[in-house]
Amino acid sequence: MENDPEAHANVFLGGQRPLRLECGVELKNFPVGYQTYGKLNTEKSNAILVCHALSGDQYIANTHPLTGKLGWWELAVGPGKLLDTDKYFIICSNILGGCMGTAGPREINPDTGKCWGLDFPVITIRDMVHAQAMLLDHLQIETLFCAIGGSMGGMQVLEWAATYPERLCTAVPIASASHHSAQNIAFDEVGRQAIMADPDWRGGNYQEEGTMPYRGLAIARMIAHITYLSEPSLQRKFGRRLQDRPAVTFGFDADFQVESYLRHQGSTFVDRFDANSYLYITRAMDYFDLEERYNGVLGDAFRNTKTRFCVISFSSDWLYPTVESRRIVHALNSVAANVSFAEIESDNGHDAFLLEEPEFWRVLSGFMDGAAEHFGLPNYTLSKTD
Amino acid sequence: MVIEKDRRVIRIDLQLIADMVVPGSRVLDVGCGDGSLLDYLLHEKNVDGRGIELSMDGVNACVSQGLSVIQGDADKDLFNYPNSAFDYVILSQTLQATMAPREVLENLMRIGKRAIVSFPNFGYWRVRASLALRGCMPRTKTLPHEWYDTPNIHFCTIQDFVRLCNNLEINIEKSLAMNSRRLVSAIGSRPFAANLMGEQALFLLKRNSD
Repeated sequence: MENDPEAHANVFLGGQRPLRLECGVELKNFPVGYQTYGKLNTEKSNAILVCHALSGDQYIANTHPLTGKLGWWELAVGPGKLLDTDKYFIICSNILGGCMGTAGPREINPDTGKCWGLDFPVITIRDMVHAQAMLLDHLQIETLFCAIGGSMGGMQVLEWAATYPERLCTAVPIASASHHSAQNIAFDEVGRQAIMADPDWRGGNYQEEGTMPYRGLAIARMIAHITYLSEPSLQRKFGRRLQDRPAVTFGFDADFQVESYLRHQGSTFVDRFDANSYLYITRAMDYFDLEERYNGVLGDAFRNTKTRFCVISFSSDWLYPTVESRRIVHALNSVAANVSFAEIESDNGHDAFLLEEPEFWRVLSGFMDGAAEHFGLPNYTLSKTD
Repeated sequence: MVIEKDRRVIRIDLQLIADMVVPGSRVLDVGCGDGSLLDYLLHEKNVDGRGIELSMDGVNACVSQGLSVIQGDADKDLFNYPNSAFDYVILSQTLQATMAPREVLENLMRIGKRAIVSFPNFGYWRVRASLALRGCMPRTKTLPHEWYDTPNIHFCTIQDFVRLCNNLEINIEKSLAMNSRRLVSAIGSRPFAANLMGEQALFLLKRNSD
């Protein structure tokens, strides 16, 4: 295995046994891009899987190869940090349907030698988790100390807890939900329609035709970005301030700072993200409904679980509001599962889980330390062979 | 001088509760505050402990110490728990602040094989004296609030509580009263005296049906 503390790799999985997707299609010999940080101990008991969100990827704590920017959870992952790479072995893989090295619409379909495009099967959160489990098998890790993730990452964490309870000591779904609400689906649909309305989308065949639906994808990102922020945080950051001009121009240029900010968010996103991936991943989120799978009784997803849960929400998150986290907590209570739940006071909206939130970190690190003690993590001693 | 650091010293009323808990059992502490009782039970009695706490500050303090605590409230959040999920459900100094104490007590008895309940005794002689002699709503060390800003909305006396337990067919396995000098006595044999002299009361309850 990689000894490089910031090891990255692409592996092909499903060579022996294909991944059977929920839609019925089987994926054989498909690529998975992933990163690891820290070292796996000899007992293999210190592995943490970080599940990334819609627009995230496996580059959590090192420079992103496309943007040159810091990893998206650089604040939380590293030596001495919340997810301490001196104690834990941290794994993050690009999700199925993604566009950073894992099988998705941008990758080559081995049967045709061309890009998958819309021929790529529609995937689900559960499929993503199955692929992650196959990666763990490949890494010869039987049990995770923790699966942690925010937003769609939290959905994967819940799916992990429901599907592989025996492989999971602790589960930390942050700012997440056990299903997509009508409002969540509605916002996703507007994003998808923006992409599909772009003439450069070419019915999803843009790669073959040498175009890119930049405008559509940028608009999808702009809409979604609004849902990640709270009204007070937008007001605080931008108010009605004008962008490099003394007065409004009586035109449709970006007069306001908030317009300029959103345009920037949109235009930088298209440099690193694939439009079809955006369609597939948002679809996977829309289809997610853990409760439905268990005949309307969410608690049954976690019956007899030994996993310890720490559910966290943010007070100003209106995309996955606290009530959604509380629904998860009540379900866990109904099966007497071991759960902690905290709503963190913050006006940073949904994005708070990516930001410097001292209370959030204090709660989470307390939970992790308590769980490490409970599950007898060998006082963070590292493997001698490394 | 070297002072031996022992973080496992807890308030006497909490210690009395802890003494009733059998080591290694499953415990739910409803209204667990900053988690000092849970922390004690976890480390000294090796329990599988959970907590519910109304204040977010309390919850965050508990979870940051590694305790399994959720934000919630005794009136609303006990319904989700299955029957007999815990060996003990603890409600310490909280019953009098609930909206529906009878329902809360029924829920405690449903989800716990046993319940441990403590509350300020409104039959305490200083409380009685305050009303009878001064004509004022009582304020004591355990009841420091003014009538208009008190969280305590359903006071009862030891006698009242015993009567409710009888109505609900709850077995009182143990009952203690603590006076203002923190002296503890059994209520059982001298209920009248306990109701007069006890500032706080503590009950270990068990379902009759079991």
